[in-house]
Amino acid sequence: MSRMFFDRYAAPGALLALLGVAWETCTRAFEVPPWILPAPSQIAQAAVLSGGTLPEHLRTTLIEAGVGLAIAASLGVAVALLMANSALARRVVYPLIVISQNVPLIVLAPLLVIWFGFGMLPKVLVVALVGFFPIAVGMTEALLRADPELIELVRSMGASRMQVLRTVRLPYALPAFFAGLRISASYAIFGAVIGEWVGASSGLGLFITRSQRAFRTDQVFVAVIVIAALSIALFYIVGFVARLAMPWQAATTEESS
Amino acid sequence: MTASTAEAAIALRGLRHSFAGEPPVPVLRDMTLEVPTGAFASIVGPSGCGKSTLLRILAGLVTPDGGEMQVRGSAAFMPQRDLLLPWRRAEDNAILGAVLGGVPDGEARARAQALFATFGLAGFEQAWPGQLSGGMRQRLALLRTFLTPRETLLLDEPFGALDAITRRQMQEWLQSVWLEDRRTVLLVTHDVDEALLLSDRVFIMSTRPGTIVESLDVSLARPRGTRDTTTPAFTVLKAQLLDALERGSAA
Repeated sequence: MSRMFFDRYAAPGALLALLGVAWETCTRAFEVPPWILPAPSQIAQAAVLSGGTLPEHLRTTLIEAGVGLAIAASLGVAVALLMANSALARRVVYPLIVISQNVPLIVLAPLLVIWFGFGMLPKVLVVALVGFFPIAVGMTEALLRADPELIELVRSMGASRMQVLRTVRLPYALPAFFAGLRISASYAIFGAVIGEWVGASSGLGLFITRSQRAFRTDQVFVAVIVIAALSIALFYIVGFVARLAMPWQAATTEESS
Repeated sequence: MTASTAEAAIALRGLRHSFAGEPPVPVLRDMTLEVPTGAFASIVGPSGCGKSTLLRILAGLVTPDGGEMQVRGSAAFMPQRDLLLPWRRAEDNAILGAVLGGVPDGEARARAQALFATFGLAGFEQAWPGQLSGGMRQRLALLRTFLTPRETLLLDEPFGALDAITRRQMQEWLQSVWLEDRRTVLLVTHDVDEALLLSDRVFIMSTRPGTIVESLDVSLARPRGTRDTTTPAFTVLKAQLLDALERGSAA
């Protein structure tokens, strides 16, 4: 038990602390100017000082990421259902969505700002666009791959196309949906920040641009840490929801381990 | 014993089927057989003789190339693999065929709950299929088949994947369940003892393209147990069956 605690928390925690101490020592020993590389203690100080403005930016980014992710999930599922049900749709839509993923964000994000202004909408669109792809692709494949013998069995029981979808294909594709959602979730904050970085009236991306212009590298680091923490939190939340939505998986792995 | 078509649950005349290809591969030729309503019948044949294809045709999953076929009130099909849905608890798996067959959810559940003990699954109603043993999974799949509101049951080697001891227990158990239920059953197997132990009539199939080589009536008293497989009457039938199998393989 204590062994597990050590492996899980104490060991990575100790490594992180060690790196922090090394970082602090080096910046002090070599007298690195804070606008090049601030020490961890300076970053902590900046975090406390920006406590007034940061929550508002954080809220904006979280809303953009959340709404964008929700759209990504709905759109991903809709596109997957469409592509899984029609070979024609697959041939027509697949190339389009692959192309959509290859338009560089640094090109797309400014365009979206030109089209939709400095509000939340262009950021939400960036998150949705980046996020729907892994869900749509993963789920399409899974819907198509669902065990043909299972499908044949429920068909022999008189199931309609819709019932086959509900009883076999959709539950079969659920793990793929959550695998896709995990990837999308880990890009969601990043996508929103990119959108804000190009042009925004609020958000972590704006906070970073402003800090950079003022050579407040310590604040940039604060933002980076917040973004990392949010991404990790979102990733784990999706994992948690996945376990709730697929209780049979947890039950079965417990049994075999 | 010639049952008229009117009282037969399954009647085939000159049924034939080929797998698509260049040239097509004939699987079944001139299949003629009749299973009386309420009888337990088995089909025994070498692997790859088209037994499973025949069941899939009877289940309505494959359309045969030609010949006549009658299945009274359509059939419930149990494939070789248990094919439980991993995302449904045992009870929800059990009622799947019933609900898809139009039985209201509550009624299907009540019927399933009443049968869980009979099928040796009492206390496992809320278990996930992944938590059940091989024998239990197979019994659950059988329960699902029994609860499907069809007049005929088609079972494709239901015990093929089980070990010899479990398999023997399951055969005797299936017999007792069937004696209560009395629906028409057509069982596909390659186990000669299993066919004779369970059936009123055994059909022996030839190698591919499969056809019926012989039909054997088994009129031993029920319930039959493992010990009955050592009686002279059983041995005589077994010898007949094995001879027919050999003829079918030589053809």
